Amino acid sequence: MPSSEKIKELQEISRQLRMDVLQMLHKAKSGHTGGPLGMMEMMVALYFYKMHHDPKNPLWEDRDRFILANGHTAPALYACLAHAGYFPKSEFQNLRQLGSPLQGHPKRKPEWGIEMSTGSLGQGLSIANGLALAARLDKRSTRIYSMHSDGEAQEGMLWEGAMSAGFRKLDNRCCLLDFNNVQIDGFNKDIKDVSPLDEKFRAFGWQVFTIDGNNMEEVVSALDEAEKVKGKPTMIIAKTLIGKGVSIFENKPAYHGVTPSDAELELALEELNRITPS
Amino acid sequence: MTDYIATRDAYGKALAKLGEGDSRVVVLDADLSGSTKTGIFAKKFPERFFNMGVAEQDLIGTAAGFALAGKIPFASSFAMFAVGRAWEIVRNSVAYPHLNVKICASHAGLTVGEDGASHQIIEDLALTRVMPGMTVLVPADATETEQMVKAAAAHEGPVYIRLGRSKVPQLFDSSYQFKIGKANVIREGKDILLIACGIMVAPTLEAARTLETQGIAATVVNCASIKPLDADTIIPLAKKIGTVLTLEEHSIIGGLGSAICELLGEFPGIAVHRHGVNDEWGQSAPAEVLLKHYKLMPEDIVERVKKVRGQT
Repeated sequence: MPSSEKIKELQEISRQLRMDVLQMLHKAKSGHTGGPLGMMEMMVALYFYKMHHDPKNPLWEDRDRFILANGHTAPALYACLAHAGYFPKSEFQNLRQLGSPLQGHPKRKPEWGIEMSTGSLGQGLSIANGLALAARLDKRSTRIYSMHSDGEAQEGMLWEGAMSAGFRKLDNRCCLLDFNNVQIDGFNKDIKDVSPLDEKFRAFGWQVFTIDGNNMEEVVSALDEAEKVKGKPTMIIAKTLIGKGVSIFENKPAYHGVTPSDAELELALEELNRITPS
Repeated sequence: MTDYIATRDAYGKALAKLGEGDSRVVVLDADLSGSTKTGIFAKKFPERFFNMGVAEQDLIGTAAGFALAGKIPFASSFAMFAVGRAWEIVRNSVAYPHLNVKICASHAGLTVGEDGASHQIIEDLALTRVMPGMTVLVPADATETEQMVKAAAAHEGPVYIRLGRSKVPQLFDSSYQFKIGKANVIREGKDILLIACGIMVAPTLEAARTLETQGIAATVVNCASIKPLDADTIIPLAKKIGTVLTLEEHSIIGGLGSAICELLGEFPGIAVHRHGVNDEWGQSAPAEVLLKHYKLMPEDIVERVKKVRGQT
């Protein structure tokens, strides 16, 4: 477990990156607000605590890899990558604009840390498995992470990949699943309830951790524990609050796929500015 | 005496040979390794063979991951499932990020035979060639298949190779040269330009021989590279001869014929006619019965050529 100073540092990065996300979405006037805010602790823990990567040497062969399967949360990834130093934050201005590498959903650009084109839900788990199988074949000790969402668990292909990872005992694979209960049409319990996810993944041969995904201590500890698991892929089911950090967005399905207005942005930034890590 | 070898058999052997020379080659299948002939590779290199089970989306997605790690994955299944069922995965996880995945799918076309329309994909060339950056290849015989597999491995980027179930005559010897983006003129004549691919090359050649005895001289082009298309070879021939007939064991919508129409459509004085499966479904029957029913035999080609010449 990292020191409380480190936890505070990660919380502070999360706070800053939430503001980055809101600003880039506001500028773009298009995109998803709720998801990136809700899963920020996990993204920050991966990029600034857990993963072995080097922004100065983005194509380093032994880097850990991250696949953002729920690609509509791309602003969270872009915020992390820029903060890590892969590209300047000024690029945020061009999110979703013609010719920008910061596409609405990630478009592969490994030199900027964007490992794979994603966004069509359900595809990322298999892609990450392929990376993990290749790492095993090459006897590399790298770990392959992927992020998923609860809505994504309605895609059949996710389960094809889950079956493969379990069957092949891919213990260099760690998935995080942002369980915020919300999909674009509303609460997923009203549309197609995916629960219980833990039992489903266990039945497919996974080691499952269920955590509060907005609690930085729980996130880093789950990532540490997942690394110790041998002979099984690991799934971190993270209960999160969609829109986390900004009271007007929290747990509101309406903010799944819309961007903040001028007034909302002002309110949100003010609120985020008031937070100091406890 | 002509040898008959199925292109899928040639693929299996070529793959095993390729695996010897390049350790980056990995092979994935979806529970059809006996039919697609990837089993030959699996036996030789079990650690580099991955049977993904009956899950074609996972097959293609996992192959994409291997390519991201610098491997050269060959993903195989029946064409219906590899590019039919998994089309969106081919598009978004392979073609869009331009990954080095080779999709070599067998049992394409009507000649799957008795399994019927659910297994007979006659739309695969349309589905694959529409994707930017995708290379689409159809071998005519075993020699070409072997060279094509090598060329695909050496090519950086996604490749689709369409393989068949039935045995086809051996048309070319080892002096034959396949190149991505190159069409081969295999017979010359001034009266009509016949452009064929895959299993239609042999009956087209036979039809050309029959036509010769009836005073009609045909140029026959084996157009194995559907995308990129060999404009440098095809355009001057079409301009010179004027009448073109395309031949494919595929829907006439979206396949070789459509590709040739797109290429030649802007030139005045060239008439392009398409011969293939019309806008209808396949059905169960032995392959040879189907080829007769859908008018893909040499005698059907002869008849179509005469009709076309009467029209132009």
